[in-house]
Amino acid sequence: MTQQTDPSPPIAPAAPAARPAWSLQTGQHGPCLSVRGAWTVPNGGVIPFTAADIPPPPPGATCLSMDTAGITEWDSSFISFLWEAKQAAANAGLAFAQDGLPAPAQRLLALLPPNPAPPARHNSHKQNLLEKTGDLTLGTLNETGVVAYLALDTTRGAMHALHGKSRMRTKDLITDLWNAGPNALLIVGVVNFLIGAILAFVGLVELRRFAAEIYVTNLVGIACAREISAIMTAIIMAGRTGGAYAARIATMLGNEEIDALQVFGIPISSYILLPAILSLSLMMPLLYLYGTLIGILGGFVVSMSMMDVSPMGYWISTVNGVELKEFVFGFIKAFFFGSFIALAACRVGLKAGRSAADVGIAATRAVVIGIVGIIAMDAVFAVMANALGI
Amino acid sequence: MVESDTLISVRDVELSFGPKIIQQNVSFDLKRGSIFAVMGGSGCGKSTLLKSMIGLLPPTTGKILVGGEDYWAQDEHRRTQINHRFGVLFQSGALWSSMTVGENVALPMEMFASQPPDVVRKLVELKLGLVGMEQAIDLFPSEISGGMRKRAGLARAIALDPDILFFDEPSAGLDPITSARLDDLILTLRDGLGATIVIVSHELPSLFAIADDGIFLDANTHQPIAQGSPRDLRDHSTIPEVMAFMNRSSTIPPTDETKADQHV
Repeated sequence: MTQQTDPSPPIAPAAPAARPAWSLQTGQHGPCLSVRGAWTVPNGGVIPFTAADIPPPPPGATCLSMDTAGITEWDSSFISFLWEAKQAAANAGLAFAQDGLPAPAQRLLALLPPNPAPPARHNSHKQNLLEKTGDLTLGTLNETGVVAYLALDTTRGAMHALHGKSRMRTKDLITDLWNAGPNALLIVGVVNFLIGAILAFVGLVELRRFAAEIYVTNLVGIACAREISAIMTAIIMAGRTGGAYAARIATMLGNEEIDALQVFGIPISSYILLPAILSLSLMMPLLYLYGTLIGILGGFVVSMSMMDVSPMGYWISTVNGVELKEFVFGFIKAFFFGSFIALAACRVGLKAGRSAADVGIAATRAVVIGIVGIIAMDAVFAVMANALGI
Repeated sequence: MVESDTLISVRDVELSFGPKIIQQNVSFDLKRGSIFAVMGGSGCGKSTLLKSMIGLLPPTTGKILVGGEDYWAQDEHRRTQINHRFGVLFQSGALWSSMTVGENVALPMEMFASQPPDVVRKLVELKLGLVGMEQAIDLFPSEISGGMRKRAGLARAIALDPDILFFDEPSAGLDPITSARLDDLILTLRDGLGATIVIVSHELPSLFAIADDGIFLDANTHQPIAQGSPRDLRDHSTIPEVMAFMNRSSTIPPTDETKADQHV
């Protein structure tokens, strides 16, 4: 005689596409789990089953048996239910008799561990303030050392290159020079032209109130030559070329290309970093000069349409107003900006992880570090220029 | 209605990249519940054929019938529906690196199965449990080994209970023991899930162990030159290229590509 206990959920009649249901009956050797219906995920087949669902087994009960005669259809959800039933049986001190299960279900159930192990956790250790400060300090010192070493190593590589002893491939240098220079002319030109035009427009509107419109030539010329063109060009190059360098190196890291270079003993500084740093360091000052001239041209175009001065008069006023030292100052700054952007981007790329997401993170980080670094360096240059009376 | 014994039928398919023909005159039937191997040397177009079967690359000519439907004649919406019958294990696992292993398996369910989060979580645990990866549910792909990534990729492939599984070089890069375990797992999943499996590989031990039908693609003639189970081809084929491949002989006739390489 069998006795039905706590049918939950209620048994549905066994019919195609019937809702999955189970009931627990008392069998010869212990409880018998009777399942029926279409046991699929879309049909609500993921039904929990815990040890609490098994009533205390009577004395002499040895196993939880299965009756699957009423099953019309099944998928993963049925296996999930069986897995939980098996664990519940173990917790109740019963063996799980799977003879009554379809053979494929038995095979899948055999793959699953009797008791799932708890998920592995990341190695996360919560640091206190002291540890965080120490970590940050050590990290910063370490990073400074690494970047300084990279800069030195690259400089040494550049010296070797001057003597024709570098392992840098000329083809790589030419490609990087082309990408950092001529390829960037359009965007550098457009941005600097617009900046020069905006400066002239705003300057003219304000200077007109004091009948000092002619000084717009000085405003545009000095601003472009001394600050704006160098900074804007550097920001463009940090976003455009610095990000690309970081992404390229991070991808190489992910593809084990960097590892391959190291195994062969090919110095990364010569092979990867030197062409990148050299090309951006050389091209930035030239782009700065180009950007300054285009910026002045932008100011000229706006001034010609808004003020009463001849083109020749505008140029003469500009040449008289902007001293050569402004260009020299901007030129030197541009060189350092370029070197910094390239060095930071290469370092960020080398430090990246090995996944696709890490490539994106490296590119973003290189751009952010590049831009913030440029502004910080410009501030230092401003203080130095003031101290030197430039 | 009695279901046809043939699940996928490839009919006179030609695959090409622009003017370059990769394979032509490819025809075979894939029997329900079978493990079908696409064999051939490197560069013969095995993975390209797989891509055309899973909807990533349309064939230049010919038909691929899935359950009697001409796959590439369907509109994109219908093709996506058919794709839900497919599970694909890519060569590298192709796990999404920004997601945990569990999230990788859960994503197809969340997108297409419309189940509440607790149900999805339970199914994810099950799928990972089936491949012995339940512990790695909260780990990122970068935190697990290559073999584990393969198994996690397999768990993702079976996320939607597909009835056709495609494996691209499942044993590539794995040690023999891990490879043999993966073979066992594939066999068990085939029997357990009742899935039909297409496996692209040139790992002979794996092919002999699990495949019961297959096709051999030749890189020289750009067409299939033999059909049958890998074991049968090994034991009975008289085609020199197939014999050389199956017996790991070094006297494989050079392909056009290798000839071209030699002249560079």
